[in-house]
Amino acid sequence: MNDTLVIAGHEFNSRFILGSGKFSLEIVKAVIEQGEAEILTLALRRANMGGEENILDYIPKGITLLPNTSGARTAEEALRIARLSRELGCGSFVKVEVIRDSRYLLPDNYETIRATELLAREGFTVLPYMYPDLNVARELQNAGAAAVMPLASPIGSNKGLVTKEFIKILIDEIDLPIIVDAGIGRPSQACEAMELGVAAVMCNTAVATAGNVALMARAFKQAIRAGRDAYLAGPGRVLEHSGEASSPLTGFLED
Amino acid sequence: METGHMSYADGMEAVDSDIMGRVLSMLSEFDYNGFSGREVEQALHKERLTPFDFAAVLSPAAEPYLETLAHKALGNTRRYFGNSVSLFTPLYISNYCENECVYCGFNCSNKIHRGRLSMEEIAEELQTISATGLKEILILTGESRTASGTEYIGEAVKLAAGYFSTVGIEIYPLNSQEYAYLHECGADFVSVYQETYNTGKYEQVHLKGPKRVFPYRFNAQERALLGGMRGVGIGALLGLDDFRRDAYGAGLHAYFLQQKYPHAEIAFSVPRLRPYINSRTGNPNHVHERQLLQVMLAYRLFMPFAGITISTREKPKFRDNIIGLAATKISAGVSVGVGGHKQPGKGDGQFEISDSRSVAQVHEMIERRGLQPVYNDYIRV
Repeated sequence: MNDTLVIAGHEFNSRFILGSGKFSLEIVKAVIEQGEAEILTLALRRANMGGEENILDYIPKGITLLPNTSGARTAEEALRIARLSRELGCGSFVKVEVIRDSRYLLPDNYETIRATELLAREGFTVLPYMYPDLNVARELQNAGAAAVMPLASPIGSNKGLVTKEFIKILIDEIDLPIIVDAGIGRPSQACEAMELGVAAVMCNTAVATAGNVALMARAFKQAIRAGRDAYLAGPGRVLEHSGEASSPLTGFLED
Repeated sequence: METGHMSYADGMEAVDSDIMGRVLSMLSEFDYNGFSGREVEQALHKERLTPFDFAAVLSPAAEPYLETLAHKALGNTRRYFGNSVSLFTPLYISNYCENECVYCGFNCSNKIHRGRLSMEEIAEELQTISATGLKEILILTGESRTASGTEYIGEAVKLAAGYFSTVGIEIYPLNSQEYAYLHECGADFVSVYQETYNTGKYEQVHLKGPKRVFPYRFNAQERALLGGMRGVGIGALLGLDDFRRDAYGAGLHAYFLQQKYPHAEIAFSVPRLRPYINSRTGNPNHVHERQLLQVMLAYRLFMPFAGITISTREKPKFRDNIIGLAATKISAGVSVGVGGHKQPGKGDGQFEISDSRSVAQVHEMIERRGLQPVYNDYIRV
């Protein structure tokens, strides 16, 4: 069965997007291999061209980079970072992150819409990180987003699908890949997100803080696959509260 | 002429802020002996600490819980910073000073060797530092508007911005327009340490000079942010007064600043005056490594997203163990004389360092500990 993730015409076999920046660069390659990830996000502000510990020197060939605009507080700053990213040869994908709160690191949806518009107009493939709000997702789609990346719970919190009901609405209503980003702490939570029908899961802290980073990447890969298969298979009947009553409520009908 | 330490002098900008009032009022009600293990345990079970919880983990009642505090702090540090540890070095460009601070080597009445680097010398120093691979620099001066005016500092910052992606300044407090000027020159981070949050003690130890004005110093971070700076550093000189009270003051200062300026990056420094060896007399001012650790852990639990810098005043063993646990930034290849990277220092240092390791040695240590040395973590936009 050919089931690929398609983002703006680019096809990927893996639905596991891996974050970087929270684990040592020496193991990036092993983690990507074990997770079979094809897309790797990186904070452009961490790039150190020609210098020590430059993440771009550690990324294996064939990986699609998804540089983020971390550090941007406005749409204009995000645009400047994205342009720099393109100049540095990081490709045309960009994950818009506009954050104006150092405490919770929640995305600023309003600036994110503006940034998406500016970046899409310049030909970037834009994947905005957002707080899951249907109206905002529609605006992002209109602004030219190639996918939307709603947060599952606060970044780094590992709390899982706290925003599940709102992500379900995005899945139902938005005709773009929905990629869950931020807050997924365990493979089981990633699996649950995939079962709901999200297109991919992005993970960083949960993998980076594991005792064995590469092994955890493999666990996520398997969980994401299992969830995807379950979604494609169509979940069987799950009775949520009680069994069906033995004497049917509609048994009184006579003609 | 002696300046009243709680009133502004001519030319000092007053910003509209209630932060100092709130911090001082909460400090006046802070009684760290009023806490028991129960409050510490409650704080330890919370995901986010209130100022009350912060006070509890700073209190003597938290001392038996140091190991538990460390475990929780480690989790926070990993969550917010992963295994990364940022590297930087300070560059002193002048040690002239107009203040008479009784605890400081730069005290204007001290007969020390004074010096100020020329622009050529600064460029040479910067080049030499840059060759070590560092991308972040902190430009420091003594506090003298005459010997090291803002234009002189501005020119130095411009030079530094040519070599480094991140330029911070640790100089005398400025008005917001002057901060805006230095921001335009290329500086993005400003550190100003209040030394002590006890206004009475502050008056006793700052005998002369503009630094005597407590509120102008206190509000420097706000003026820096209003001037467009991205981040600010906060700290008390632990050991000058009752360290628990000063750590509480610094934590609250940071807390209210973050609330008012949610976009600002906040960082703590934890300089301390070392007590004499074996002076475990229970003096509330004495900060041994154990107390220093407690303060750093309390900062990490209270403000889990804030950077914490560990200075070369501390011994290598402490520095090596605190990074990744609570500290997120470490200095390396340090000279505290004026200049001293390319040429021998042009003036005496402010204090003595306890860790003279080079950038390469600190890099190697970070990796050996399973952590990730980070040189670049900022893009100027």
